[in-house]
This record gives sequence, structure tokens and C-alpha cells, in this order.
Amino acid sequence: MTGAAGDEVATALARAHREEWARVVATLARRYGDLDLAEEAAAEAFATAVERWSADGVPPAPGGWLTTTAHRKAIDRLRRERVRDDKHREALVLTDAGPPAPTGAVDDDRLRLLFTCCHPALAMPARVALTLRMVGGLTVGEIAHAFMVQPTTMGQRITRAKTKIAQARIPYRVPTAQDLPARRDGVLAVLYLIFNEGYLASSTDDGTQPIRPALTGEAIRLVRLLRQLLPDDGEVAGLLALMLLVEARRLARLDEDGGLVPLPAQDRTRWDRRLVAEGHQLVRERLVTGEPPGRYQVLAAINAVHTSAPSAEATDWAQVLALYDQLVRIDRSPVVLLNRAVALAEVDGPQVALAAVEPLRDALDRYRAFHATRADLLRRLGRDDEARAAYDAAIGLTDNAAEVAFLVERRDATR
Amino acid sequence: MQYLLSVIHDGTDLATDAEMAAIDAFNDQLRADGHWVFAGGLGGPDVATTIDNRDDAGLVVDGPFVETKEFVVGFWILEAPDLDVALRLAREASKACHRKIEVRPFL
Repeated sequence: MTGAAGDEVATALARAHREEWARVVATLARRYGDLDLAEEAAAEAFATAVERWSADGVPPAPGGWLTTTAHRKAIDRLRRERVRDDKHREALVLTDAGPPAPTGAVDDDRLRLLFTCCHPALAMPARVALTLRMVGGLTVGEIAHAFMVQPTTMGQRITRAKTKIAQARIPYRVPTAQDLPARRDGVLAVLYLIFNEGYLASSTDDGTQPIRPALTGEAIRLVRLLRQLLPDDGEVAGLLALMLLVEARRLARLDEDGGLVPLPAQDRTRWDRRLVAEGHQLVRERLVTGEPPGRYQVLAAINAVHTSAPSAEATDWAQVLALYDQLVRIDRSPVVLLNRAVALAEVDGPQVALAAVEPLRDALDRYRAFHATRADLLRRLGRDDEARAAYDAAIGLTDNAAEVAFLVERRDATR
Repeated sequence: MQYLLSVIHDGTDLATDAEMAAIDAFNDQLRADGHWVFAGGLGGPDVATTIDNRDDAGLVVDGPFVETKEFVVGFWILEAPDLDVALRLAREASKACHRKIEVRPFL
């Protein structure tokens, strides 16, 4: 095999993995009613593809080839296991969910897979891990690395979730129209959490990975998939726009030494204009519908204001504040109120903002951004001793090395 | 598919008249919808007896197998096609008896 042919096979494999993994797992999961079997058969099919495509060339329809091969692997496995444990396997095969009950919602096996992985009866870390494995196609090792846990721990987490789905019979289907809004919010929360973990890792092992593009990229890919399946859903569009507008700034968020650069200090020429344009387009499309926006759409709009400004000084803070007021009406959580206070500081000054921040202490005392925000406001008011103490509190709650370095620098500059 | 819905409570007070009426109405609905298998209220941990006769040990302990602040005071066994239905019924059960509910599948 020549190098060029090898490259072609590698590209085709990567592309097939990106585009077909979820479809193969989802199709098999519906046919055999067993996530574990679907995952293993899909993994075997991709492993076989590595061998066969290198020897025989890439098939004309890679997706079809993979699905057919995975079906064969699943049947082989079932035959082997049936000999071993006849009764048990029969029972599992019979749980095939069959055609869905009419729901009025879009039906796609991948959508069922996503909703099943994000079922509210599973704990959030289990939902995140299962979604990345079953829908995203990341290996257990990759997911473990991204969340800084041992591969065995992550493997157990995923296995436990799959066992619960099978034993407690979490159904493999898109929720009914009545349940869809709440369940969709659950899916969006999982995807947003994956994105945020990539956007600013909650901990870094060696300080070299404050941002994890693999996770932000995966989250964006999964929201794009969800948007294909639910194209008219405003919140899905809103979350995609939000992620694109944040991701667009990724390159500008780190300096040459890997230090974090806050929004006002970022070199705006390093923003990804293509992502900004796509995000703005999505925000505009939602605006013209005239439907009341949900939280992700408002957050996207806030980021659209930031990314529209040619410089930090030119930011339309009054508009940002108005959007935060709108967000507070949807979600009056302490974190939203804290972020609103940041905009308030730009409109009405740090004194007013600090007065809005102080009452949040009880709720946010363990939250690094509370102390970092408070520190910044105190610094701007010239209350340096208090500012330094607040920076220390923030540093004590931060495991991300780049963020610690940023806060230490800020603290030391305050004297 | 059958599910055990355990009623979790942290006190000795029995269900009030209003709670009993709500539970009766819920039970009638379970029977009408074909979910009903069995249900009952239990004496508290104070009246529990724990037996360990593994290897003919013949141990008898006056009390529950583990002391906890919260404990099972009753249960439903329900027929439901999947966990979504079981969870919906558990939400109604929790509201009716005004206590927490733990849902577990029968294997």
C-alpha cells in the first residue's frame, strides 16, 4: 500500500467515524435493544474497517458497509453468547423497542440514542460520559483523559449507566411531545456541560491544557447533529450559536505562554470570523421568529453583542445589561445574577455592581467566579486589601493552572 | 416489567386522613389503568427483627439490619412497560402519600 493510499484510507476512516459512529450504534441499539451489544459491535466493525479498507480499498458506501458489518458482528456475538446463556440473551433481544409510538416529534435513531444517554434517571457525570461514548464515539480512554479520571473509573461509570438502562428499562425512544421540552433541556444541559469543560477545564494535570478543543469541538458537533434532527427548535439553535460565538474566541483566549487572556484584552483579529458570522446568523434567524427566547438564545445574544464590538471599549454594555435582565426573568439563579453584575459594573459603575454581588455570597461562597468578580470590583474601587483577599479566595477554589496564574498576576498587581 | 416503589420516611407519624384519601384515589387509578400488582404499609424499624441464619448461625437481632435516619415505611409493586412510566407513577405516588419514593426494577 502506498503512503497516499494509506492517507486516503485514514481520512475515510476518520470521516466515517465522525459521521457514521452514532448512526451505527443507534441503529443496532434499536434492532437489538442492547446498548452494550450495539457499542461493541460498532467498535468491532470499525476495527474490521481498519483492516479491510487498507487491503481492499474504501467501499463506495462506507456508512452502509459499517452498518452491515456491525450487524454481522452483533449476530455473531449473540450466537456465541446464546450458546453460553440462552435464556438471558433471548430475553434481552425481545426488548427491541420496535417502531416508536407516534410522538409528533422527529424520529431518528440517533435522536433516541441521545435522549436515552441523557435520561434524567442517570446522574449528570454518567450522562456526559455515556453521551461522549455512545453518540460521540470517543473511547473510554479519551473521555477519562478529558475529565482527568482513571480509565478504569470512567469505564465503570459507563458500564454502570448501561446496566441501569438495561435493568431499570430506560426506554429507547424520543420522548412524547408533552415531555419533549423538559427532556430536550436535559440533553442541552449535557452538551453545554461538555462544552464548558472544554472551554475552561475544571482542573489541569500539568497546566498545559486549560482549554480542550477536543471537547468543545465534540460538543459543537453534537449540537449540530441535534439541530439537524430538531431544526425548528429555538433553544437548540441558541445553544449552537452560543457555542460558536464562544469557540470563535478560543485562539485569542491564550497568550504565547499559555496564560488566559480576558475578553477586554483579547486580540480581536484572532477571532474566527467564520464562526462569528455563523453564530450571528443563527441569532438573527431566532430574532425574526418573534418567539420568546429561552436562556441559551439570550446567552447567544449576549455573546453576539460582545463579538459585534470592534473593540472592548466599543461594547454596547447597555444592550448586554438589558439581555441579562431578560435572562434573570427566565432564570433568577445566583450565577446569572453574578454575570449580570459584571455588565452592571460597566453601565452603573463598580460600586453599584458590588452592592449587587455581596448578597450572593451565601449561595456562591464555593464558586471561584464569585470571588474573582468581587476581587475585580474591589480593585476598581481602590479597596486593595479586600481585593487581594478576594483573589486569594478565588485562587483557593481553582484547579486550572492557567486560571490560577491569571488570578495570581491580578492579585500581585493590586498593591 | 414490574417495579418496586419504596415509600421513604424519617418519622413514626402515620399517614394523615388527607394522605390516606389521596393514596386510595391513586390506588383506584392504578387498578383502572392496569398498573396495580400489590401495595402495603409497614411497621417501622422499631418493630423490625433481623435474622442471619447463614451457615446455620441462628442469629436474631431486635432491630433493622442497618440503622438509618430514613427508612422504608411502605411500598407499591407496579406493572409498567418502562422506567418512564414507572417514574411518572412514582411522581404521582410521592404526591399522594406525601413522602419520598425510591424506584427499583425487579430483575
